[in-house]
Amino acid sequence: MAAYRPLHIPTSEITPREIYMSRRSFLGTAAAGLMLAGSGSALAAPLTASPSAFKVDEPLTPKEAVTTYNNFYEFGVNKEDPSQNAGAFKPTPWSVKVEGMVGKPKEFGLDELMKMQLEERTYRLRCVEGWSMVIPWIGFPLSALLDQVEPLGSAKYVAFETVVRPEEMPGQSGFFQPLPWPYIEGLRLDEARHPLTILAVGLYGETLPNQNGAPIRLVVPWKYGFKSIKSIVKISLVEKQPETTWKNANAREYGFYSNVNPAVDHPRWSQATEQRIGEGGFFGAARRPTLPFNGYADEVASLYSGMDLKANY
Amino acid sequence: MVGIPTLPRRYHSASIWALYGIGLCPALWYFYLAATGGLGFNPVKEFEHLLGIWALRFIIATLAITPLRDLLGINWVRYRRALGLLAFYYVLMHFTVYALLDLRLDLGAVGGDIAKRPYITIGFACLLLLIPLAVTSNNWSIRKLQQGWNRLHKLIYLIAAGGAFHYVLAVKSVTFVPFIHVALIALLIAYRPLRRPILNWKRGKPKMAQATR
Repeated sequence: MAAYRPLHIPTSEITPREIYMSRRSFLGTAAAGLMLAGSGSALAAPLTASPSAFKVDEPLTPKEAVTTYNNFYEFGVNKEDPSQNAGAFKPTPWSVKVEGMVGKPKEFGLDELMKMQLEERTYRLRCVEGWSMVIPWIGFPLSALLDQVEPLGSAKYVAFETVVRPEEMPGQSGFFQPLPWPYIEGLRLDEARHPLTILAVGLYGETLPNQNGAPIRLVVPWKYGFKSIKSIVKISLVEKQPETTWKNANAREYGFYSNVNPAVDHPRWSQATEQRIGEGGFFGAARRPTLPFNGYADEVASLYSGMDLKANY
Repeated sequence: MVGIPTLPRRYHSASIWALYGIGLCPALWYFYLAATGGLGFNPVKEFEHLLGIWALRFIIATLAITPLRDLLGINWVRYRRALGLLAFYYVLMHFTVYALLDLRLDLGAVGGDIAKRPYITIGFACLLLLIPLAVTSNNWSIRKLQQGWNRLHKLIYLIAAGGAFHYVLAVKSVTFVPFIHVALIALLIAYRPLRRPILNWKRGKPKMAQATR
């Protein structure tokens, strides 16, 4: 079901055929059991990545929370929907088209992307809804990919697009589509090139579960979570600020920048505090103050010097 | 009219008490789930939302009593007080969880939300408007207020509309579940001005049938 393997397997890791075959029959039963339980937990493959200096010194959000409390409307609008409905999604084969104002447009196969210099980055994730997590991602800087396609001088923005597969993504079919598809997002080129901005291919030491945006997603830790677009199939370098899904849905509430900012409230709720998922539980659920740029102000505030952050929310 | 057996009169009061008991079950069940880790990783929000949705459901049930009797001949008027009070209890629990467990009794934040955020202003206004209805939901008040009681309790239509609006404003996008609740409330409110003409038409029909004979 939701499994795919990284492409470089040392011979030492290759399992003898008889064990492999019995494992397969075990997986068949296990997969059926998982579907019955509706847990949808992905049978992810281990990934190796080098440690990185970008590491938050806060307790990690439990893996179970990271993989079952998700906003991924392509699989349904409730938090548990993505983990329950993403079982039929096929993250392989996969490729990402990088095009637009570039010297060398290119379609990257997943194998190529998995061969990039992978790092483990432990980042805070702050959802626009007022909750947050700390997640150990595995990925590589987006700039490493952009370098390969040689953006032209006229390129000012980067536009991203999620896959559209109604037959595998139940949220993309039926009545009451919450959003128009494909989901689209965008960054300014300097934001996209910032060393904190990564394309993630894994979390918690394994390939990305489907519900977290398999096989490859954006992670921009200083912006609200909806900017970190999942299951990317297209990246375009463009001259004008690209349209983005939530801004199209409600421009008054969701801006293009959407930098985490406790001083600028969402029109319908405060952004001053956040609920750290997995901490405290039912009676002791303590809210913590939200930090400007989600705690990454030292690294990214200079990108916005001289800008009115209230107007450019 | 419809084949629902009538409940013998001697069971009426027991059935009303049973309705209170059953009506409070969702709250107890979700409280148990939330306290034991069964409501996911953001149990406070989840519990808060479930209480709000159940409050709307009891408001819908309260409003449905009259059309049920008018259109289908099912007389459940004896349950309306319990349904209305259950709605009030759920709204009260919804607000209590929000203030106590979500905002940790930070009264500044609660006040700020009520003042600044339209959907919370509306929700809080609905809670306040429900209080006089709950307080006068006894036989003594009905006798004492006479026609005034009927007028006062028409407020439930305003509260229902406010509750639906509160729900629509609170969600990120109106999907199937919010739509169904809001559509039912809209239908039940729309029934109110149509009620007289419909009843007149229903009463008039047999006469006209006779006249043509």
